[in-house]
Amino acid sequence: QRERDRERRVNVQDSCSPPPHPRLHSPPPSSPPQPPPAKYGGRHTVALLPGDGIGPELTGHVRDVFRCACVPVDFEVVEVCASAGDTASLQGALSAIRRNRVALKGNIETNHNLPPAHKSPNNLLRTSLDLYANVIHCQSFPGVQTRHQGVDILIIRENTEGEYSNLEHESVSGVVESLKIITRRNSLRIAEYAFKLAREWGRQRITAVHKANIMKLADGLFLQCCKEVASGYPDITFDSMIVDNTTMQLVSRPQQFDVMLMPNLYGNVVSNVCAGLVGGPGLAPGANYGRDYAVFETGTRNTGKSIANKNIANPTAMLLASCLMLGHLGLHSHASLIRNAVMVTMNEDRLQTPDIGGSGTTAEVVEAICNLISIENCTEPRH
Amino acid sequence: QSRRQRKWVRIVMAAALRAAAGAARRLSVPAIRNTDGRYPVTMIPGDGVGPELMHAVKEVFQAAEVPVVFEEHHVSEVQNMASDQKLQQLLSSVKDTRVAIKGKMHTPMEYKGEFASFEMKLRKMLDLFANVVHVQSLPGYPTRHVNLDLVVIREQTEGEYSSLEHQSVQGVVECLKIITREKSRRIAKFAFDFATKNGRRKVTAVHKANIMKLGDGLFLQCCREMADLYPNIIHDSIIIDNCCMQLVSNPHQFDVLVMPNLYGNIIDNLAAGLVGGAGVVPGESFSSEYAVYETGARHPFSQAMGRNIANPTAMLLSAANMLRHLNLEFHSNMVAQAVRKVIRQGKVRTYDMGGYSTSAEFTAAVISNLES
Repeated sequence: QRERDRERRVNVQDSCSPPPHPRLHSPPPSSPPQPPPAKYGGRHTVALLPGDGIGPELTGHVRDVFRCACVPVDFEVVEVCASAGDTASLQGALSAIRRNRVALKGNIETNHNLPPAHKSPNNLLRTSLDLYANVIHCQSFPGVQTRHQGVDILIIRENTEGEYSNLEHESVSGVVESLKIITRRNSLRIAEYAFKLAREWGRQRITAVHKANIMKLADGLFLQCCKEVASGYPDITFDSMIVDNTTMQLVSRPQQFDVMLMPNLYGNVVSNVCAGLVGGPGLAPGANYGRDYAVFETGTRNTGKSIANKNIANPTAMLLASCLMLGHLGLHSHASLIRNAVMVTMNEDRLQTPDIGGSGTTAEVVEAICNLISIENCTEPRH
Repeated sequence: QSRRQRKWVRIVMAAALRAAAGAARRLSVPAIRNTDGRYPVTMIPGDGVGPELMHAVKEVFQAAEVPVVFEEHHVSEVQNMASDQKLQQLLSSVKDTRVAIKGKMHTPMEYKGEFASFEMKLRKMLDLFANVVHVQSLPGYPTRHVNLDLVVIREQTEGEYSSLEHQSVQGVVECLKIITREKSRRIAKFAFDFATKNGRRKVTAVHKANIMKLGDGLFLQCCREMADLYPNIIHDSIIIDNCCMQLVSNPHQFDVLVMPNLYGNIIDNLAAGLVGGAGVVPGESFSSEYAVYETGARHPFSQAMGRNIANPTAMLLSAANMLRHLNLEFHSNMVAQAVRKVIRQGKVRTYDMGGYSTSAEFTAAVISNLES
């Protein structure tokens, strides 16, 4: 049995293990020096923000799998409470991420009944830590039945400005102005990141998604910055497409896209469309990279309140995000181990949760993954 | 203080009088006819494949003996045929005929000193605030989703398309998205009225109020206020990103969707892609006075210009809707049924639907299937 399993695993294509993300700019002289990495005795410490909804159960499963795979990572759990007067918990979370430099998080629920001055905690986290690049990899899995096959799109989304600037005001009663900010510095930065990442992953083509025919200055500036950066990378083809045409092409022929680069709101829309194309929000992992920090979460950032604590959430997205985190920390063998186990369970053993058409519970899927890992590790399987 | 108050009172009263006059006009006059009994309709061929599609419409109307005469206005921003004078001529024509059929006027990307494109100016001046795209699966043309039937209603005059941008500091651009209570209430009421008139059960507001709390929050609040006036219609809301994901996995849960400008643009195109692309979905724009008919997903499709490969289905179905608006039910049904019959038979299909026929062959097939 052990040999058969090992044979099976050799045949699984480990096509989704990415190289580590490129480190770009050196810190400007005025910023405080980065704290030394939290690695002692070979063990890393990582901040864990369980969040709300399905976040706590999924991050709990990640810890179980890590324990099973003997991953040298310790989690510092930080709860964020998104109530009215409580900025202290968010500040605590921020300092935890600053001191550990890497975090794994579930989505924190935004309370819509609070006055507009209270910004979304997820958004505050991203802007305070300057996590300027959001990278989501949407890939068709052979074991998941979808209407489109052969999808392999890397989405790079500017994560800090654009429509999410939180600058709104009501100068006249009944008339609201919402500002969308595009800056040259951030557009150049995200374009540089995208081209470097594409080169490292061996991708051929980057498509910038915009609406510069209507927002001529704003998206025009973004497009111009992308073109400037593209001229420095002659080995990568660069083209652009308007967002409405992009969404139509995505639902008819998504195989034409390779890497997509875009400002904040279009990134939100396109990443959700692509996640829907490959099987839903339970499958795509997402990563937020800044110059100093990296935060990993599910690709589509859902709280999943309606399926919380029902044991039907899909752990794949969170587990693949944790594999991305292990890759970022340099623990590539552990990352491959967990990723292989997840892929074999989903594609070959076909033990899937209801959102992708199976009938297994979350606990069953996680147990199967742990069993595969322990067989590989030659340790006692979980009971 | 008192002068300002009096000025404000005068403005409000003038607006109320205008609204009342508009209401009276709406109740009294149906479409006007020429002396020879034909209805005049303004036609704007536009750019790209627009002229070819308009030609198809004219041929089909001629064969069906539809009592409509077209007043053509050739206006184009990219071919230097757009001036203020032409815009005024076009506006006066539409104000007379009150119905128009148009192709897409291409918007150039470069900033040549004007932020608002010609089409946007036209929409603002005619106050075409509501865009309705009825996304319906065509029988006989299978796509990945079966039996889709949803309506996308989009606010068309404000939002992200306000053309208000500036660069106050070099390298930092601010682009303003404007949401007003008045226009949000108007589009919400339009959506609920549309649902009531067409027997729809549910209206879903699409927004991003978790991020744009004031802007989209105002829009959502206006929709909720309007929903109180329609107790028989279910109202709920969904965030734009989740909506896009649901549309590609389970689009049958939606009935009528109402949303601000940019989200409407994205969802129109996405939904059109679900049932077969930009060539099969008709769309219409309404103000309180005027109705303009065009395709649902607006693209000039310049690559196909002159190659005779564009799909006339969307424009023909839109023209049929226009005939229904003009109270020409008989002709409207004739044209629409002919188009659907050709698609159902599946022998003559253009390139985008997987066939090899040209536009002219498709139009000829529709004409031969017209039955009285």
